[in-house]
Amino acid sequence: MSVVIILMSASLFVAIVFLVSFLWAVKNEQFDDTYTPSLRILNDENINNVKLKDGVGE
Amino acid sequence: MSNDSTVSVNPKDLETFSYDNVIVRNFAWATIIWGIVGFLVGLIIAIQMFAPAYFPFLDVGISYLSFGRLRPLHTNAVIFAFVGNAIFMGVYYSLPRLAKAPMWSILLSKLHFWGWQLIIVSAAVTFPLGLTQGKEYAELIWPIDVAVAVVWVIFGINMLMTLIKRRERHMYVAIWFYIASWVTVAVLHIVNSLVIPYSLLSSYPIYTGVQDALVQWWYGHNAVAFFLTTPFLGLMYYFLPKAANRPVYSYRLSIIHFWSLIFLYIWAGPHHLLYSSTPDWVQSLGTVFSIMLIAPSWGGMINGLLTLRGVWDKVREDPILKFMVVAITAYGMAVFEGPMLSIKSFNALSHFTDWTIAHVHVGALGWNGMLTFAILYWIIPKMWKTDLYSKKLANLHFWIGFLGILIYAAPLYWAGITQGLMWKQFSPDGFLMYRNFLETVTHLVPMYAIRALGGTLFLTGAIVMLYNLIMTMKRGTFMAEETFKAPAMVSSHNEKVNHRWLEGKPMPFLIASLIVILVGGIFEIVPMQVIKSNVPTITSVKPYTPLELHGRDIYIREGCYLCHSQMIRPFRNETERYGEYSKAGEFVYDTPFQWGSKRTGPDLHRIGGKYPHAWHYQHMYDPQSIAPGSIMPRYPWLLENSLDTSHTSNKIRALMTLNFPYPHGYDNVAYIDVQTQAMEIVEDLKISGIETTYDKEIIALIAYLQRLGTDIKGESKPIFSKP
Repeated sequence: MSVVIILMSASLFVAIVFLVSFLWAVKNEQFDDTYTPSLRILNDENINNVKLKDGVGE
Repeated sequence: MSNDSTVSVNPKDLETFSYDNVIVRNFAWATIIWGIVGFLVGLIIAIQMFAPAYFPFLDVGISYLSFGRLRPLHTNAVIFAFVGNAIFMGVYYSLPRLAKAPMWSILLSKLHFWGWQLIIVSAAVTFPLGLTQGKEYAELIWPIDVAVAVVWVIFGINMLMTLIKRRERHMYVAIWFYIASWVTVAVLHIVNSLVIPYSLLSSYPIYTGVQDALVQWWYGHNAVAFFLTTPFLGLMYYFLPKAANRPVYSYRLSIIHFWSLIFLYIWAGPHHLLYSSTPDWVQSLGTVFSIMLIAPSWGGMINGLLTLRGVWDKVREDPILKFMVVAITAYGMAVFEGPMLSIKSFNALSHFTDWTIAHVHVGALGWNGMLTFAILYWIIPKMWKTDLYSKKLANLHFWIGFLGILIYAAPLYWAGITQGLMWKQFSPDGFLMYRNFLETVTHLVPMYAIRALGGTLFLTGAIVMLYNLIMTMKRGTFMAEETFKAPAMVSSHNEKVNHRWLEGKPMPFLIASLIVILVGGIFEIVPMQVIKSNVPTITSVKPYTPLELHGRDIYIREGCYLCHSQMIRPFRNETERYGEYSKAGEFVYDTPFQWGSKRTGPDLHRIGGKYPHAWHYQHMYDPQSIAPGSIMPRYPWLLENSLDTSHTSNKIRALMTLNFPYPHGYDNVAYIDVQTQAMEIVEDLKISGIETTYDKEIIALIAYLQRLGTDIKGESKPIFSKP
C-alpha cells in the first residue's frame, strides 16, 4: 500500500499550503473585519462614483 | 484595516484602470455552447441505454458513436468544458472587480481561453476515436493531459499576478475559494496523470491495481470537490449577494466554511472504494472524513440560503434568484447524500447502481447547472448594459430545467434501489432470486426511458436560454471594457514600510504554487522508486500475455469499464453470482485498474473460462442474439478490424520498466506469442463453426476476457517465449 504514502504526502502538502496561507491571512488581518467585506462587494461597480469633489473615497 | 473607507482620498491618487469584458464574454459563450453539447451527448447516451430494448435496429454498430466512447465525452464535456468554462467566466468577471485591478495579462487570458477550447476540441475528437486512458474523468490521453497542465499554470499565474497587483487589500472569501481550487486541482491532475507513454498517443499509468485505484479515486473525489464544488462556492459567494443585492448572511461563517471545507475534503476519496480490495483502514478513513464534511458543507448551504432572508419576495419575482435557490438546495442535498453513501451499509446497497448516477446529477444539473444559468442571466445583461430580453422565457427555463432534474433523478433513485435489492434477493431455499443478471436490467429499462425525458427537458431549457441571451445581446451594446478608478492599495496600520511587492502577499501563494508544480515533477520520479508493491502477492498471478494485453487495451478503448465492474465484493450474493471475491493481489499487473464504478452489465472479474470462445464471439457481434433483451451495444467492428500490433514491443517494454516480470528481452519476441495464442483461439472457433483470422481484434479481446480472474484458480499458465 505504499502509494498511500504518496497520496498522504501530496494531501499533507496541500494541507500545509493551506495552513500557511491561513496563518498568513490571519496575520495579514484578512479576517479582522468580518462584516464590511460583505458590503463592499455590493458596491464594486460604483467606484467610479467616488465623491471626488470633497476628496473622500467611497 | 479597511481604512480606505474612512481615510480621505486625493483625486490625484486615484488610478484609472479597466476591466476586460471580452474574455468574460468569450468564456460565457464557451460555457453555453459546450454546455449544450455536453447535455446533448448525455441525452444520446441516455437514449442508448433503453433504445436497444425497444428498437434493436437503432443500434447500427458505428464504433464512434458507441456508448463506451461517448460516455467519457459526456462526462468530460460537462465537467471540464461546461463547468470549467463557467468557472473561468465567473473568475475573470469577479476577480478583477474584487481586487480592483484588471487581469494581469490579456495575453495570458487569451492563451488560457484558446488553450482550454483547444483541449476540449481535442477531447471531442479523441474520445470517439477510442483514445482514452481508461480512468474515469481522467480519460484524456497523455499529450492532452500535458496541455491541461500548461493551461492550468497559465491561469494560475494570471490569477496570482492579478492578486499581487490588486488595489483592495482585503481578499474577499470568493478569492480564497478560487485559489484553493487552483492549487488542489494542479496537484491532483499531476499525481493522477503520471504515466509511461508507449506511443505518441497512448500510455500506461505508473500505478497498478489497488494502488492505481487509490490514486484514481483520490483524484476522482477531489476533482468533484475542487473542480465542481469549491470554485462554484466562490462564485456563489460573489454572484448570490450581487444578484440579491444583499450582503452574505454571515461573512464570518463563510470564512469558517472555507477553511474547514478545504481541510476536510481531500481525505475522503477512499469512500469510492468501500468493500473493495483496498485496506480496511483506508476505507474507514474515507468514511470518517466524509461524514465530517456534512458540517462545513451545510454551513455553506445555510449561509447561502439565509443570505436571501428578507428578500424572499424577490425570489418570487426574479428568475435569477430562483435558479440560485435551487442550485444551493441541490448542493445541500448532494452533500448530505454523499456522506450517507459513504457509510458502508448504505454503500453496500447503492454502489454500482444508478443511485450513484442520480446523486451526481443532482450535483451537476442542480448545483453546477442552475448556478451557471443564474450567473449567465445576471452577467450578460450587465455586460451588454441592458435588461434581460425576456423574464418569462427565463422563468420557463427555470421550470423546465427544475422539472427536468426531478424527472431525471427520481427514476434513477428508483432504479438504483430496485436493482440493488434485486441483486441481493435470495429465495427461501437459499438461491439467488434473480440469478440471471439481465432480469435486473430489463426491469429498469422504463426508468431509463423516463430519465431520458428529464434530460430532454433540461437540454430544452438550455436552448431556451441560448435564445433569450442572444436576444438580450442584440438589444444591448457590449462594453468591451469598463473603466474604473481606485486608489492604490493602502497598507495596514501595523505595517510600517510601504513595500507593496512583499506585503501584497499573494506572493506566498505564488511561491507555494510553484513548489506544488515542482513537487509534481519530483513525484514523477519518486513513486517509481518508492512504490515497491507490498500488496499481498499471489504466486499464481502472472502478467498478461501480449495478446491479452492487446485485448485489455481494446477493453479500455471501448470503455467496457463504464458498464462492467471487475470487483467482486465479499458479499454472499456476489460470490454466489460471480464467484470468489476479488483479492488485492490479483490486480498487481492491471494498469490502469479496471474495477469500474457502475454495473449496467454484470461484473466481469471471473468471466474467464465461464463461456466458450464462440459465445464471446457471437455476443460481441450481437449481444441480443445470445441474451434477448440485453441493452449492451453491438461491437461488429471488432470482428472486422485488424489488431494493431505495431506497439507490441513498446507496450511490453513500458510494463517492464514497471518491473513486470517478463523474461529479459521479451519485448523483442512478444509478437511471436501474439500469433501463437491467436491461432489457438482461431482453431477453437473453427471447431464451433466460426471462420475468422488470427489478426482480428475480437481474438485479442476474447483472449483477455478468458484470462480474467482465472489466475488464482491456477488454471491459466501463460507461456512466454524465450528471447
